[in-house]
Amino acid sequence: MQKTNKKKLMSGNEAIAEAGISAGCRFYAGYPITPQNELIAYMAQNMVKRGGVFIQAESEIAAINMVLGAAAAGVRAMTSSSGPGVSLKQEGISYLAGCELPALIVNVMRAGPGLGDISSSQSDYFQATRGGGHGDYFTPVLAPWSVEEAVKLVMLGFDIADYYRNPVLILADAIIGQMMEPVGNFDKSQFRKKKESKNWALTGAKGRPANSIKSLYLKEGVLEQHNKKLKKKWDKIRKNEQRFFVSDIADVDYLIVAYGSQARISLEAIKMLRKNNIKVGLFRPISLWPFPGKGLRKIAEKVKKILVVEQSLGQMVEDVKLNLPNKEVYFLGRAGGGVPSAGEIIKYINNKLI
Amino acid sequence: MKIKFSRPKSLIDVETHYCAGCGHGILNILTAKVVDELGIRDKTIGVAPVGCAVLAYKYWNFDVCEAAHGRALAVATGIKRCHPDKVIFTYQGDGDLASIGMAETVHAANRGEKITCVFVNNACYGMTGGQMAPTTIVGQKTTTTPLGRSPESGEGWPIKMAELLSGLKGVSYSVRTAVFNPQKVMQTYQYIKKAFINQIEGKGFSLVEVLSPCPAAWRKTPLDSMKWIEDEMVKYFPLGVIKRE
Amino acid sequence: MSKGKNNIKLSVFELRIKKDWCKGCQLCLVSCPQKYLELSSNLNKKGVNFIQGKEKNNCIGCGFCFFMCPEGCIEIYQK
Repeated sequence: MQKTNKKKLMSGNEAIAEAGISAGCRFYAGYPITPQNELIAYMAQNMVKRGGVFIQAESEIAAINMVLGAAAAGVRAMTSSSGPGVSLKQEGISYLAGCELPALIVNVMRAGPGLGDISSSQSDYFQATRGGGHGDYFTPVLAPWSVEEAVKLVMLGFDIADYYRNPVLILADAIIGQMMEPVGNFDKSQFRKKKESKNWALTGAKGRPANSIKSLYLKEGVLEQHNKKLKKKWDKIRKNEQRFFVSDIADVDYLIVAYGSQARISLEAIKMLRKNNIKVGLFRPISLWPFPGKGLRKIAEKVKKILVVEQSLGQMVEDVKLNLPNKEVYFLGRAGGGVPSAGEIIKYINNKLI
Repeated sequence: MKIKFSRPKSLIDVETHYCAGCGHGILNILTAKVVDELGIRDKTIGVAPVGCAVLAYKYWNFDVCEAAHGRALAVATGIKRCHPDKVIFTYQGDGDLASIGMAETVHAANRGEKITCVFVNNACYGMTGGQMAPTTIVGQKTTTTPLGRSPESGEGWPIKMAELLSGLKGVSYSVRTAVFNPQKVMQTYQYIKKAFINQIEGKGFSLVEVLSPCPAAWRKTPLDSMKWIEDEMVKYFPLGVIKRE
Repeated sequence: MSKGKNNIKLSVFELRIKKDWCKGCQLCLVSCPQKYLELSSNLNKKGVNFIQGKEKNNCIGCGFCFFMCPEGCIEIYQK
């Protein structure tokens, strides 16, 4: 996209696609699934024009493995899908983590289980934050609450992926994917100024020893060593990559913890509650893994009660409880495409917390 | 003294993990020899499958990527599209290519990906101990077809991949060969070479299906295994060029 | 082939076999048109009767053994 001060109205899905290309992504493979179809369509229209590769794959499994190939070739690569498709991609995500390859995977969440329906949901939190596929691994997970932030997080996500050589997930919900907001700034993130060298990539062994990309370690003890090496990396990510946003926490009795679109709805409720002098604040995890427990624990010290609001039957609430074992943690959630409204949140706080 | 026949330079000087008389050993070497002969070692990227050949990166002295089971052609597609000037080949077994990876295989072929595919058909799952593969021939006993593969019992017929893929527009070259005697091995070498040249010339998908022995899973001696290919497998899987454009 | 003393044909080819790599599959042995190869009565490091050339070298350098060997442990040199 041409650099311009003019803002453009874009859907979250389109903006995520543009952010990817602007961040230097030159390979996209995907498969149609609602509610992320605008993303794959944007890629089809723009990726080749900008010198990249676009492939509509025969399946989600093929798409993620094409991304693995492109990542192994040293190219910034991404794919996108929604819950049912991301389930299929888990095989490839595990291999990406095992092979230590950087890639970006976007999940525009829809409601499940099974085919579920196409409306907004946050029910893939467990899948995203606990590795998701087989084996001992984690992937950093970033959750935007606006179209503009989605752009920033895609760019940051690519940088984190390259720096740590690990796949990164963008966990958006259908509301973020579908809603249109003005965006303008597609400048690259400032995560690290230095570009990561990809001397491990497969480019043909010209003037260097042959490279191999693999996740198989058969010799006794060697896989455990590899696992330990990966753990060091994830410990480093846990330490350095916790991100969160807070609002209305200067004087606060009750804290709402919510992410993605649900955090915006919660902020609406907070504004209305504050008009009635009920002191409610917002804690919004931006990185879902690593969960920003350090920040949460600090803010929760001065809070009476906590309310976790999710578009699920209760997933992130477990991480909140893990971090705050001595706090009263309440949960308000709806599943199956249900979205807790500002009114429901206000009612819940008035009835249960106060 | 000058060398008349020597190990290819694209082959690392180590022993293999393959069982005695395994066709993978022959085909790993042939592939490396083709890479040497065409002088493309520094621009060749191989994709190894899941199966006995998963360790091929230990033997080939060029860049190699390991793929998940059945996904070699998807991975190869990603690499080739990013490096169209490089020579990309997959090396896959029958379970990998024709069973769990059938979708990836058919669609990579149908897109006409400029990739060379060396397909090692040993009519069984060798690495896991000799279960029925999509290419197991009718009557063949495996650990999962103890009475012999029977289409009447719902176990299906062996899939003829070289013929199946030859029907796709994106496929420019499809051959079936075998390694049961030196003449056939040399012919296989020529076929693989041709399949690489096709790619370098920018032609579409090239498949070389090779009937190859798995003495351990077949519970046969290496010599009996070669004879079984010649006497039994070839009856169902005819050798020769099936498509050439 | 060159003719040496007493008109006995002496091969100009020499097989070099990495005997410890040999797994004794005998694919080379049965392929040799000269029947030049045999199994040694000794065992290699693997505990296998490895392949070796017979005492009388009648190798014609056809390369059949080289192509058939799954281990790549046979190389052929020419004088």
